[in-house]
Amino acid sequence: MPADGGIGASNKRREDVRFLTGNGNYTDDINMRGQAYVHFLRSDVAHGTLKGVDTSAAAGMPGVIQIFTAADFADVGGIPCGWQVTDKHGEVMQEPKHPVLAEGKVRHVGDPIAAIVAESREQARDAAEAIEVDIDDLPAVMDMKAALADGSTKVHDDLTSNLCYDWGFVEENKDAVDQAIKDAAHVTTLELVNNRLIPNAMEPRVAVGDFNRSTGDSTLYTTSQNPHVIRLLMGAFVLGIPEHKLRVVAPDVGGGFGSKIYHYAEEAFCTFAAKALNRPVKWTCSRSEAFMSDAHGRDHVTKIDLALDGDNNFTAIRTETYANMGAYLSTFAPSIPTWLHGTLMAGNYKTPVIYVNVKAVFTNTVPVDAYRGAGRPEATFQLERVIDKAARELGVDPIALRRQNFVTEFPYATPVAVEYDTGDYHATMDKLEEMADMSGFEARLAASQAKGKLRGLGVNCYIEACGIAPSNLVGQLGARAGLYESATVRVNATGGLVVMTGSHSHGQGHETSFAQVVADMIGIAPDMVEVVHGDTANTPMGMGTYGSRSLAVGGSAMVRATEKIIAKARKIAAHLMEASEGDIELKDGQFSVAGTDKSVAWGDVTLAAYVPHNYPLEEIEPGLEETAFYDPANFTYPAGAYACEVELDPETGKVTIERFAAADDFGNIVNPMIVSGQVHGGLAQGIGQALMEGCAYDEDGQLLTGSYMDYTMPRADDVPFYRVDHSCQTPCTHNPLGVKGCGEAGAIGSPPAVVNAVIDALQRGGHDITHINMPLTPSRVWSAMQG
Amino acid sequence: MYAFDIERPTRVTDAVKLLSDSTESQPLGGGQTLIPTLKQRLAAPDRLVCLSGIDEMRGICTDDAGRICVGASTTHVEVAAGAAAYPALAALAGNIGDPAVRNRGTLGGSLANNDPSACYPSAVLASGATVVTNTREIAADDFFDGLFTTALEEGEIITEVKFPVPEKAAYMKFDQPASRFALVGAFVAKHADGVRVAITGASEEGVFRWAEAEAALSSDFSVAALEGLSLDGSGMISDLHGTGDYRANLAAVMTKRAVAAA
Amino acid sequence: MAQVSMTVNGKAASGEIEGRTLLVDFLRDTLGMTGTHVGCDTSQCGACVVHLDGKAVKACAIFAAEAEGAEVTTVEGMANDDGSLGTIQQAFQDHHGLQCGFCTPGMVMSAAALLKDNPTPSEAEIRDYLEGNICRCTGYHNIVKAIMAASGQDVSSIAAE
Repeated sequence: MPADGGIGASNKRREDVRFLTGNGNYTDDINMRGQAYVHFLRSDVAHGTLKGVDTSAAAGMPGVIQIFTAADFADVGGIPCGWQVTDKHGEVMQEPKHPVLAEGKVRHVGDPIAAIVAESREQARDAAEAIEVDIDDLPAVMDMKAALADGSTKVHDDLTSNLCYDWGFVEENKDAVDQAIKDAAHVTTLELVNNRLIPNAMEPRVAVGDFNRSTGDSTLYTTSQNPHVIRLLMGAFVLGIPEHKLRVVAPDVGGGFGSKIYHYAEEAFCTFAAKALNRPVKWTCSRSEAFMSDAHGRDHVTKIDLALDGDNNFTAIRTETYANMGAYLSTFAPSIPTWLHGTLMAGNYKTPVIYVNVKAVFTNTVPVDAYRGAGRPEATFQLERVIDKAARELGVDPIALRRQNFVTEFPYATPVAVEYDTGDYHATMDKLEEMADMSGFEARLAASQAKGKLRGLGVNCYIEACGIAPSNLVGQLGARAGLYESATVRVNATGGLVVMTGSHSHGQGHETSFAQVVADMIGIAPDMVEVVHGDTANTPMGMGTYGSRSLAVGGSAMVRATEKIIAKARKIAAHLMEASEGDIELKDGQFSVAGTDKSVAWGDVTLAAYVPHNYPLEEIEPGLEETAFYDPANFTYPAGAYACEVELDPETGKVTIERFAAADDFGNIVNPMIVSGQVHGGLAQGIGQALMEGCAYDEDGQLLTGSYMDYTMPRADDVPFYRVDHSCQTPCTHNPLGVKGCGEAGAIGSPPAVVNAVIDALQRGGHDITHINMPLTPSRVWSAMQG
Repeated sequence: MYAFDIERPTRVTDAVKLLSDSTESQPLGGGQTLIPTLKQRLAAPDRLVCLSGIDEMRGICTDDAGRICVGASTTHVEVAAGAAAYPALAALAGNIGDPAVRNRGTLGGSLANNDPSACYPSAVLASGATVVTNTREIAADDFFDGLFTTALEEGEIITEVKFPVPEKAAYMKFDQPASRFALVGAFVAKHADGVRVAITGASEEGVFRWAEAEAALSSDFSVAALEGLSLDGSGMISDLHGTGDYRANLAAVMTKRAVAAA
Repeated sequence: MAQVSMTVNGKAASGEIEGRTLLVDFLRDTLGMTGTHVGCDTSQCGACVVHLDGKAVKACAIFAAEAEGAEVTTVEGMANDDGSLGTIQQAFQDHHGLQCGFCTPGMVMSAAALLKDNPTPSEAEIRDYLEGNICRCTGYHNIVKAIMAASGQDVSSIAAE
């Protein structure tokens, strides 16, 4: 590990200082002179015809500035969807309008009906209570299969049905898959639910819109993972503001996990209202409001068939999934169950034919979109649970069954379109077996049994596609945006650098890790490199942070820009030392002439660039600033193996996580400490999904889990210390850093490990239970045990 | 929240007066339950009368009959530290909520609210405690009156609770995983004249005594005495966190574990 | 409207409040001290934890009026006099006990309260104490490690990387 703080060093984070001293600048910390406050009146019914909104009593109440309804947005576009999926018949998906404020109907509890802008939040809330809303209730469409039945109430009356799309992949392989299943020596089938989750970043969403009368510029401060994307979507598709008149700033953001990717109605509202009222307009989401307005995650119902031959080789996989879109299409929603899920159904295995069918369904619930892992946890869960079940049915060791089916030759073209560049799944499984002390399990089992408890061991693998994504490819798949990333590296005369990146950090530590990369490339101290992100006014257009893409894509852009910087600096150095460019070597921040003791320091070169008195002006311009846009050639494919040990109290059904080991291959690593932290956080979320979390609605579409009183968030006493390892490294072959990304792995790989462990505990305890749907709460586990 | 005034009296008589001269006055204990309720605008008092600053309602002592007397404004952390003479009570208080909640939440606030998932009602009922108000004394068996309802009159405040100290006692709580309230809690107390078993979290009506278990344990205070005894799940709370049958199961399990720990 | 006065991080602080003004609102809005955060509305997440007369309390679950005359300590007051990070803060940085930083003020204040009562807590005691502090980023591993380190215990055997 480098002692100098470059690539591979666990540098402490510089952003910590402001966070630890209470000097963070989160969006709710921003207060503008003269700001007004908006409160949204939201539907408390899941489905109904909006017959009238009478604001007359409210309008004159103390402090009220203006009340807005859908009518005020007649000339404004609806919230756009950023991905158009084409179904298995070649037809484009059904795409309903998503108005900023509810128009004609309310379609989920939480659907915003009116926006009250007032001098204070409390006055806005007071006025909200005086608004008379006339809604004729309609039946709530809650069950996905029922939603697709003939005669079902439609969530959107202008669509032909509640089916968004019926997607098949790869359609040409469907018959071969069906045949392989018919011919199989053994078929294991599993029906399962990937439970609906609420991301619950600890910082609730906030938006502050501002309008400058003299310049005509609009500014939006927002809790976003991708300010440029918001600027594009909102500017081009909703409010009709060109980019150069619209600035979007995402300052310190307190976690995202996907929920802060999307362009939300509240953002458009605050920007619009600030201009309409000529005052800053601020919205702060309360946590209970967040439960009904932040995009939810997951919510798939799946049936998976795994076919094996007589030697236990996987011969085919077929899945049928119902994927909940919610009431409207959120920004990336259609792509999650399709391109980010179907393409991962091969997993770590060399199954020759695979067919995935996904029916995306509208229901009267909050819109669903990406949440940490976005489609990959769903794919991994189905695959790793059915493999586990198959191992039990066949009486074979679950690790051995996986190993014999591993992909071992790379690059590997899967039957679901993606090609894995590199990987070594035996290595991570070997590492896992070592880390998890599996040979000690029997003794630990006996100890648990002596206490009257059951104990189980669950193992699984995962692979994910991240570092999203090649623009051409996703364009063909229906993306309405590119997925490149950008960086401008500006060197200052006295030698410091500023990296302006299109990536965004909301916990990932880019200010530290990105600086390490650039510093390492040049050979200077990381504290000479400043990383700037989050403000569209001073960063190049980038697509933001999600999908474990920052280092793989954003980092690559930054590397390319830095390479350009170094190339130019070499020319300057050559000129300064009167040598030929080809003889210049750069090491530890010194440019030297090969074979001589002549050298100039980085600082000499940077000064020369900005004070070009002794300078090759005929060949190159003064200055030292370069920009690069990097479009990845492929996804990256981190992979690994996880093991979980649980203890189960049979009298109460309570499951505790006793041990968790994660062996990951992330390719090259920049900051091991940060990488481990990302895995820890992902593991907690995956454990949360498996044992505790679940967004629940009743049959009338009322949110039963409307706060932390009913939605269980993992606490410190719900998890142990984790054992994580990323020493197995097969570098990515197609980006300059050889990195694969690590942000989502923990959340992708852990739910199957936990559930496999619980099933193992139950089976060892004499209970013939083959599956329990997540979350495996004490009540559900106990009830399953009663038979 | 709606707007209201806050008064901070230092004496019981002043608090009672402030509560009685307006029907929209509400007492404020530790605020750990009331403040979230106010944030949701589920209550609209025009005045909150803060009871935490009343010294005569705060503190722990022992009376001549050997009962532990806990002032109604005594916080959970104070009971956890100061009720050493009644370890099961101290342990219960030490496991309510989290540390910050325990620094503010009060005995009186918890009892007056009578949340069906709260812990303290089970201690009061199982101890056969006496709830003392500014006007009278109410026996535990007469105090709890159903979901979020007690025998307290409008404007009446709890000033103190007197707990007889049992020979043996324990409280076993199974956490509702989200709220960390009691999904089911069982307080078992063996007194000279018999055993009381109070179950919280299971019934829509709030805390109740499990008569069958009390009878069995009164003749034989052992886990074995509870074998085969069960409660009927069909009358119990059934929600996201557990079916009625599950709660009935937990009640039996927690009661056994409390007996084992007592 | 009423006036309230208290001491915040050793300095006198006062302002106009309403009955319904929470202590966290007074700190954030009246005093402009935005280090204390609001993460929920059911008093569970702990991002708002401050010390009131030496005890950890949730600033979102106490009215400013109730803090009249009290000594309040917030995360802004936890650094050393020379501005360097205090012991707990430094331990959090050393051990990567924060990612997005939003829950961090509450974690630091809870940790400080714990270490005052229990100078060398075990892993289980720390995890139990943090029941009222929710983090979504770290998975708690490095937070627990940081608190153990801040208490002077040897954390070298706890898996790091």
